[in-house]
Amino acid sequence: MSIEKNEEFRPKIVAFCCNWCSYAGADLAGSSRMSYSADVKIIRVPCSCRVNPMFILRAFERGADGVIMCGCHPGDCHYTSGNFYARRRMTLLFSMLDYIGVENGRTRVEWVSAAEGAKFSQTMHEFVDKITSLGKNVRLEDLRCRN
Amino acid sequence: MQRIGVFVCHCGTNIAGTVDVKKVVEMAAHEPGVVHAEDYAYMCSEAGQEKIHKAIKEKKLTGLVVCSCSPRMHETTFRNAAEKAGLNPYMVEIANIREHCSWIHKDMEEATEKAVILMRAAVAKVNLDAPLKPGESKVTKRALVIGGGIAGIQTALDIAEAGYPVDIVEKTPSIGGRMSQLDKTFPTLDCSSCILTPKMGEVNAHPLINIYTYSEVESVAGFVGDFTVEIRKKARSVDMNKCTGCGLCQEKCPSKKSLSEFNRGLSTRSAIYTPFAQAVPNVPVIDRDACIKFKTGKCGICSKVCQAGAIDYDQKDEIITEKYGAIVVATGFDMIKLDRYDEYAYSQSKDVITSLELERIMNAAGPTGGHLERLSDGKAPKEIVFIQCVGSRCADDRGKSYCSKICCMYTAKHAMLIRDKYPDTNVTVFYIDVRTPGKNFDEFYRRAVEDYGVNYIKGQVGKVIPQPNGKLLVQGADLIDSKQILKEADMVVLAAAIEPNEGVRKIATMLTASIDTNNFLTEAHAKLRPVESPTAGIFLSGVCQGPKDIPETVSQAGAAAVKAIGLLAKDKLLTNPCTAHSDELLCNGCSQCANVCPYGAITYEDKEVNDHGIRETRRIAVVNDALCQGCGACTVTCPSGAMDLQGFSNRQILAEVDAICR
Repeated sequence: MSIEKNEEFRPKIVAFCCNWCSYAGADLAGSSRMSYSADVKIIRVPCSCRVNPMFILRAFERGADGVIMCGCHPGDCHYTSGNFYARRRMTLLFSMLDYIGVENGRTRVEWVSAAEGAKFSQTMHEFVDKITSLGKNVRLEDLRCRN
Repeated sequence: MQRIGVFVCHCGTNIAGTVDVKKVVEMAAHEPGVVHAEDYAYMCSEAGQEKIHKAIKEKKLTGLVVCSCSPRMHETTFRNAAEKAGLNPYMVEIANIREHCSWIHKDMEEATEKAVILMRAAVAKVNLDAPLKPGESKVTKRALVIGGGIAGIQTALDIAEAGYPVDIVEKTPSIGGRMSQLDKTFPTLDCSSCILTPKMGEVNAHPLINIYTYSEVESVAGFVGDFTVEIRKKARSVDMNKCTGCGLCQEKCPSKKSLSEFNRGLSTRSAIYTPFAQAVPNVPVIDRDACIKFKTGKCGICSKVCQAGAIDYDQKDEIITEKYGAIVVATGFDMIKLDRYDEYAYSQSKDVITSLELERIMNAAGPTGGHLERLSDGKAPKEIVFIQCVGSRCADDRGKSYCSKICCMYTAKHAMLIRDKYPDTNVTVFYIDVRTPGKNFDEFYRRAVEDYGVNYIKGQVGKVIPQPNGKLLVQGADLIDSKQILKEADMVVLAAAIEPNEGVRKIATMLTASIDTNNFLTEAHAKLRPVESPTAGIFLSGVCQGPKDIPETVSQAGAAAVKAIGLLAKDKLLTNPCTAHSDELLCNGCSQCANVCPYGAITYEDKEVNDHGIRETRRIAVVNDALCQGCGACTVTCPSGAMDLQGFSNRQILAEVDAICR
């Protein structure tokens, strides 16, 4: 028995990138023409610590199939300590996502420096593959909005 | 409701080649708030900006979306264009449809679809944008240069010549850096110290330059224009003001077994020492680990012989706190450690040396007094083999992926000097490629081959085997004649890769400057802003940014100085208005935001608030705009959602998420 692969499935992926490292890394991937899937859409934030868990939940609520957050390598944060806060917050959030029905693999945190265009592209490849294999996400629903 | 104009740039074919710009324009017209949409070949050009200007005036636009290259590239351009037309510059958002779209996608349909979505997200963000006004901050008119090598020296001199005071912090006892260790310099064969020492003297005598040697940067706080730096002046155990530099203490010091750092461990020095004869300042340092007085309490000879009474065993480390407007990093480089290259027998044989060690051996002030001799038996070598790219251009993780850039040239120099001084010594160079881009560089290399008869063999060396007779058997390959080569050599010189100096990562972290995986500091733009760090107010000079030779280092040092001068010449700087602010009706004064703020920008005030008609005094968070750098840590920490970041507000980011997931 095999599961028929749905060729049509195009995941919706939101990537939060910090302005100083990962967004610049994505720019470098672009200027070096290191391609990755068009399913990834990047939102620029000043620092990974600006990413509120609420943003990630909202993405899943609105139909995102995967959310990835990229920041400076630990210790290299432009704001000294922002990515440490982000790391803790995401660890906590991700540990609870399974409980609300979002599989573990649908979220990821990756540290990408401004000089790591290749790593950015590689990470996005891997993440898109992962999400494609997981298939479409079940939309989160805010139960308070139900009648 | 905003009146938004959407401008889609073709960027020649950079964008238009893969994105259907007309389609993006067409789709933009359907977005909420969009009253104007157009495309143009080069939006950043004068004509493109004119179009923006005209549309703002005619359509009374209140917000702009420019679909173009990365905001890191042209955000400022378009913000300035908007400001000229009377629009608040912070009402401009960029949809990055080049680096994040057209350049990485091949399929037109896919790329266009993504470009439309990115445009939508930007429109959604502009819809929630509010005009922002930058604040002002003062500029401390003083510069700090970290590192006292040729890069730091040149930068300091250039800044001081423009009339601004400069402090140099150098961790070793003397300025001079790597260049002071060199014997000759390519491609002119100038004597290195002859051209360096006058500059060292000039720096020392300059009224606006202050040198802290034997000192390290301890901490950095603040931001562009207003850094507060703590410098640790390590205890020298010698009073700088009293010492006359007579050198008697070094002569009489009974502890003479320490390895000389300056001579790369090839000779010894006394416990009280100046690294080299022309050291600046010419004041010795006591190496407390080697000094008998510090180890046993008995000795004190240096103190007895010092007529100036400059020896001070009780001296303690001193912390100096100073304010600076600009900081230049010039921390330089070192050779990589060769412990992972056992095949070259570096640790087994004294006659396998690095190029920098050879530099010291050939120097008249070096361990052998300038005579080329084997370190094992003192005999003159008759057969010397140079091995290039030891750890450079390395495919595995033993070495460095990059080309160290200077080795081809200094090896040609060494080969030439040896052949010139010792014509009966054969010199063979094993190389992967000979890279000589630079003024008069290739001519120099050709002279080594043609006039001096240096034997260049294209191929790598697999192994160096020390022989019982003291010789070294070199096993290599000649790729051109495709044959194995076995060569008996008296001396093997390794052109080891260079890497940024140890400790640069610590400095980068203190400065919050970006650094790459090879520990080179990242420049703000690889081509257009090569001497600036992405962190405002931090400039890069010399090899800390990437491998370079002396002429390149000096030009970069000058460029970094000019950038620093440009900053110091300003009286006021505009601050980033994208700062956090708290909603006084939601804030409950819990202090959590202040705990995560890295800048101490949040304080608490008792303030009278009017909450739906109830007037009461509450403790609420207040953000100091001058200190806030806009990271947003507090916005996520705030349990009541009172903190928000202007320019990247919760509603804006959520709107972007919604637009992308629509």
